[in-house]
Amino acid sequence: MKFIYQTWWKVIAVILVFSTLITGLLFPVPALPILHETIRNLYFHVPMWMGMLTVFVVSVFYSIKYLRTGKEEYDLAAVECVNTGLLFYSLGLVTGMMWAKFTWGEFWSGDPKQNSAAIAFLLYCAYLVLRNSIDEEQKRAKISAIYNIFAFPIMIVLIFILPRMTDSLHPGSGGNPAFGRYDLDNGMKIAFYPAMLGWSFIALWIATIRFRIRLIENKKNAIN
Amino acid sequence: MKKLSFLLFFLLCSTIVLAQSNQSVEMADELRSSGKIYVVIATICIIFTGLAIYLFSIDRRLKKIEKGN
Repeated sequence: MKFIYQTWWKVIAVILVFSTLITGLLFPVPALPILHETIRNLYFHVPMWMGMLTVFVVSVFYSIKYLRTGKEEYDLAAVECVNTGLLFYSLGLVTGMMWAKFTWGEFWSGDPKQNSAAIAFLLYCAYLVLRNSIDEEQKRAKISAIYNIFAFPIMIVLIFILPRMTDSLHPGSGGNPAFGRYDLDNGMKIAFYPAMLGWSFIALWIATIRFRIRLIENKKNAIN
Repeated sequence: MKKLSFLLFFLLCSTIVLAQSNQSVEMADELRSSGKIYVVIATICIIFTGLAIYLFSIDRRLKKIEKGN
């Protein structure tokens, strides 16, 4: 895990996100009814979910690794990834609600996308509750690793698949055009892809910082 | 004749579609033309730069602690 101590990818992530702050706000976007300028949220709201997804994937990876090897640090990596993921999850939900207020009329209109996102949020909160409710360390690590592996596909289905199969107001769902239609014939890709990549790496960066702090804490607790 | 009328019909359809898309959608053109969008961009850039520097400094401090351990 030498990668997490290196600086180059952090610099790249910052540069990528920084560039999208400028291109995302200045470059022309298609003028669409209802959306108006909020179409630019694509560069800021969607990358939050991408960042969340990245750290959740890494978390599942380390959960599997923990089950295979039983090394404690893999378990710690998995938890800290979920913690960071939940931060980005909240940011995604709040920015989404904010956007919904101005396009759909209400912060929470019970849209399938919103409801299933809320359910999946609770699913991951339950992961943390489950962890904190078990005292014995190895048992806690094992059970939460298994829970995490099962929670991930359910979250994917809830957030990305089910809302698309019903009538959701969210772009990209139930016959609503996704970003694919907006950016293919316009220059939206220029800001969108760097934003996705940059924010994923920033999420990963925060997760690694949390993980390193956790390692030090863990070491201290072991000595005492 | 039938073909021609069909063609005319479809052409008309397309003009209707075009007319609909020409209905002006309100964008932040005023903010852009008065140049004040740059103020917003500058603000966001400053905030993000600050956060990035902060993250880097945390990273550095952590490195020091890790070396000490």
